[in-house]
Amino acid sequence: MNLEVKLPGLALKNPIMPASGCFGFGKEYSEFYDLSRLGAIIMKAATQFERFGNPTPRVAETSSGMLNAIGLQNPGVERIIANEVPRLAEYDTSIIANVAGSSLEEYIFVTKAFNETNDVNALELNISCPNVKEGGIQFGTDPEMAKKVTAAVKEASNLPVYVKLSPNVTNIAEMAKAVEEAGADGLSMINTLTGMKLHLPTGKPLIANQTGGLSGAAIKPIAIRMIYEVRQQVSIPIIGMGGITTAEDALEFLQAGADAVAVGTANFQNPFACVDIIDALPETLIKYQYTSVQDVIDRRSAVV
Amino acid sequence: MKKKHEMKVLSVETIAKETIEMKLYQPEVSKQTVPGQFLHLLVPGFTLRRPISIAKVDKQEGTITILFKVVGGGTKSLAAYQPGMTVDALGPNGNGFSIDDVPEGGRVLLIGGGIGVPPIYHLAKRLSEKNVELVAVLGFQSKDYVFYEDAFKEIAETYVVTNDGSYGHQGFVTHVFPEVGAFDQYFSCGPLPMLRAVTTELKDTAGKVSLEERMGCGVGACMACVLPTVDNSYKKICSDGPVFSAQEVIL
Repeated sequence: MNLEVKLPGLALKNPIMPASGCFGFGKEYSEFYDLSRLGAIIMKAATQFERFGNPTPRVAETSSGMLNAIGLQNPGVERIIANEVPRLAEYDTSIIANVAGSSLEEYIFVTKAFNETNDVNALELNISCPNVKEGGIQFGTDPEMAKKVTAAVKEASNLPVYVKLSPNVTNIAEMAKAVEEAGADGLSMINTLTGMKLHLPTGKPLIANQTGGLSGAAIKPIAIRMIYEVRQQVSIPIIGMGGITTAEDALEFLQAGADAVAVGTANFQNPFACVDIIDALPETLIKYQYTSVQDVIDRRSAVV
Repeated sequence: MKKKHEMKVLSVETIAKETIEMKLYQPEVSKQTVPGQFLHLLVPGFTLRRPISIAKVDKQEGTITILFKVVGGGTKSLAAYQPGMTVDALGPNGNGFSIDDVPEGGRVLLIGGGIGVPPIYHLAKRLSEKNVELVAVLGFQSKDYVFYEDAFKEIAETYVVTNDGSYGHQGFVTHVFPEVGAFDQYFSCGPLPMLRAVTTELKDTAGKVSLEERMGCGVGACMACVLPTVDNSYKKICSDGPVFSAQEVIL
């Protein structure tokens, strides 16, 4: 079955890719399967300089999900381009670089750095990390700020830009429209929802950062609702994510309005999550009378 | 390529308060496992896998014996497994204790605290195959939690310490250090406060420590279980560790 999807900068052999932050730079999962099987890989966030992240504990399990507050730990954009991108480029898959920052200048710096490699196919602009104290999230919660950073990154980059939206807003469609107006080539949604878990023996937050981003199956209905809402109001493609664990989940995201999907937390439970979904996708599509992935996308316009 | 393993449960036994010993059959993993490595077990209905330490392997039988404490829903559910059922496991994960630099005829101090005792036992068994004199200090909360004392006594001069003094020496593992005599190096696994006390007390002795931390992926990708190092960098407990040189990391 034809699982291909064509998006700005991305000719995907299938619509499945690991989500940023849940797959590192692919090295660990390449010991489980051939990464060429993936539609694309979204790399862990890159910042201008190396970041060591937050104190531990950084994760906590919740009902049907988990909280994390890693704090954008990464070796810095230059080392990512020097060490990680060339290794990933050996695989027959598209590479999406996640661009993070705490100031407009930092976003632009990181964006420009990725112009220097020919192996990155698109950028995912991370304006929605809830786990860094300074900057970051305000770009993702104020439509004017989001517009500003999107326009600046678009101007600085020679690559298509997918803006990753935060669900921690009152009106996500308004955010989507703002970044579309600013020139975004696509959206990626949703990032994690801010949450907290207390440690009963101490009555204090279990995660050192106090709050963390909630991910996993628990947030899937929120992601579906938000993608469905946004799809009515913007026309640029959406990479959907939020609790996808099975091929049925992936189909539901496509039906709701996504054009491709990313798998995050499920990789931790099952390191083969992405390839298991890819393998199950054809029979799942057949079961619901679709002839291809593109068929799901084409036919939803009648429903959505 | 690495894979997931379906491991058959052979036995499940409560060997001390809230402490479960589970014997699993998986010859391939049994052959590969070295002391200090762990299994990452999937418990259906829970998002994250549980990192569980290995207490024994029997390569002949093809078995791996794991030990865990029932602390929450996941481990409670795991404790309810019956012989014949299978567990989905990744592993063996982590680096394990290197014993190549333990000299023949040397004297080694082993320090285990609570659920950190099982990997120390696995290590003790391996070391007992070498010409090495073993001294073990095992710390537990109280008498009800004590396990593996007899097994250790077969291969090591063994001291048991309980925090409340209900069994053996009273206090912390470090309190018996003055009694154990000289040793060439030490190996330790247990809760962070214990490891801090041990490494501080033995700061002039070569030692290795095995750490525990809340993990996400368990394979080195998610950066949840990191630890700062003395050279101003970091290590990932799940994949660079869980065993580190005591001089290398900042606890």
